[in-house]
Amino acid sequence: MADTDNKEKSNLQPSRRSFLNTIWAALGILAALELIFMVFTYLGRKKPGAQKEQSERLIDAGIIDKYPVGSVTANIMGKFYLCRMEDGGFIALSSKCTHLGCTVPWDDKGKRFICPCHGSSFDISGAVISSPAPRPLDMYPVHIENNTIIVDTGKLLKRNEFLKTQLVYTKKVSK
Amino acid sequence: MNKSLILHFRPKMVDARALRFSMTFGLGGMALVLVFILFFTGLLLKFYYLPFPEKAHDSILYIRNSVLFGAFIRNIHFWSANFLIVITFLHFLRVFFTSAFHQPRGVNWIIGLGLLIIVLSFNFTGYLLPWDQLSFWAVTICTGMLEYIPLTGKWLQSMTRGGLEVGAPTLSIFFAAHTALLPGAMIILLPFHFWRVRKAGGIALSEIIDGDKEKYRVKAIPYLLLREVVTALVLIALILILSIIFDAPTGDKANPGLSPNPSKAPWYFMGFQEILLHIHPFFAVCIIPVIILIFLLVLPFIKYVSNSKGVWFISGRGKKSAFFSFILALVLSIIVVITDEFIPDFSAMLPGIPMLVSNGLIPCFIMALAFAIFYFLLNKIYRPDRNENVQAVFVFIFSVFITFMITGIWFRGSSMKLVWPWLLAG
Ligand code: HEM
Ligand code: FES
Repeated sequence: MADTDNKEKSNLQPSRRSFLNTIWAALGILAALELIFMVFTYLGRKKPGAQKEQSERLIDAGIIDKYPVGSVTANIMGKFYLCRMEDGGFIALSSKCTHLGCTVPWDDKGKRFICPCHGSSFDISGAVISSPAPRPLDMYPVHIENNTIIVDTGKLLKRNEFLKTQLVYTKKVSK
Repeated sequence: MNKSLILHFRPKMVDARALRFSMTFGLGGMALVLVFILFFTGLLLKFYYLPFPEKAHDSILYIRNSVLFGAFIRNIHFWSANFLIVITFLHFLRVFFTSAFHQPRGVNWIIGLGLLIIVLSFNFTGYLLPWDQLSFWAVTICTGMLEYIPLTGKWLQSMTRGGLEVGAPTLSIFFAAHTALLPGAMIILLPFHFWRVRKAGGIALSEIIDGDKEKYRVKAIPYLLLREVVTALVLIALILILSIIFDAPTGDKANPGLSPNPSKAPWYFMGFQEILLHIHPFFAVCIIPVIILIFLLVLPFIKYVSNSKGVWFISGRGKKSAFFSFILALVLSIIVVITDEFIPDFSAMLPGIPMLVSNGLIPCFIMALAFAIFYFLLNKIYRPDRNENVQAVFVFIFSVFITFMITGIWFRGSSMKLVWPWLLAG
């Protein structure tokens, strides 16, 4: 009788021990996951100075008469170009090349943006003329209120091709 | 206690053949010396450097112009950093070409790859710190590449930049990585690396077929030590001389509104930049590097047919087939660079189909085809065994990479057009 009792015990012991070990291991993994989660959440926050204030985001680009058709005007403050197509439509293009992010200057003679870094070029609507840039220049929303142009630089819009609907007109012209 | 700790890393007796300079060229030791110099001079620079966009560039100028020995310390740091890349890379080649990555040294090869990545990251993060035009745009381009990695790319990019663009948060992140994170990782990995060398029984040498191993045994002190000290001193002398004669470059202060033409990546990333010029970024920054990394990672775990440890280039046939691969890849990559300059690219020839196909899949398919032809020719002409085949493939990849790198450094001028190096300056 005592013999079997002992046997039972020694059978039980290791399994209980290994059960405890499993719990320990699980707790350890859980703690590690929590730590990783905490570190990444901590690091994932916007860094101070990384986001524009509301007042800096909305840029008043002046009245529409300042912009003749077929013109490209650089807005230094907002790092965008305000372009007016031949048909009078407006578009605000980010000056960041969609390839790897260099700043693209407007070449007024060649009527195109040419990236100094790897030679991509874009037309006045931002559409790609020559690669390696994979998509048109990004744009910012344009609002026209009382003949004044407001550009929201807090909202970068990506697109895969240029569409007419991306242009913004004054009410008179579009009617 | 002290003694036994050192003995974990240093043997008492070594094989005399390991001491021949042409076995290792002392490259691993040189890398270690450079790491020491870099830690020391970096620590000194840290006393004056200020990691803020408005102040960083001025603090570098201050170190250079107003601190006694400031320019000298900075030059030493600069030259050692660039040397470390070259030396680490040569060490990597020496390990490869003497088959020293074969088991039981597989784990150490992987640790070594980790060290290579750390060395590159060190240089890259350090590159931004002066906050001049060159570094600002190089970092903009390189972090711009991250965007093309699927799923995690956007996240990785905002993690490294600390925002949408390169700015104050980026500088503080790079500074933290350069002066805390990477040194920490290096300090952990290096002793591990050395201990694995010791554990494998010293560096890889060819097997002694008959005769007794003991005959080659010599005392580590003075024989090994003497060689190490001489190599270290020669290297230090060279670095000092370079630092006296040539100043580390300082460009104009960074201007986020104006990309200089051309804007190039740092020289050690020029190979990748060149690939970027030819194919869709998704393939250039994601698919191709991943394939190369996997190739390097599995190298030690391939079953090799012969024991070529400690023998340069495996065999006579190994040498010849490696040379063949080198020349063929050289010629092919030059052809690619030149034709791509003069014919319109595929996306212009094939409008209407997505760029991922026209500029990505099609060039990749052509590359794969070229590789297949190379592999066929190689096996037709030389009938190499497994070891030699792996070596030839490695040489092929390496040769393309080096050719691209040289093209990027010396043959790309304004708007990344091809030019002769002597027209490049200015
Ligand atoms: C900071 C960078 C590095 C340092 C300081 C370093 C240092 C060393 C040293 C001192 C040795 C002893 C033999 C010799 O001098 O050649 C060694 C051996 C070795 N290293 Fe490195 N190394 C570094 C990076 C690498 C890299 C990038 C690889 C390859 C991916 C690598 C792979 C190896 C292997 C496999 C051995 C053993 C070679 C043998 O047993 O013959 N190491 N390293
Ligand atoms: S960043 Fe503009 S073409 Fe590469």
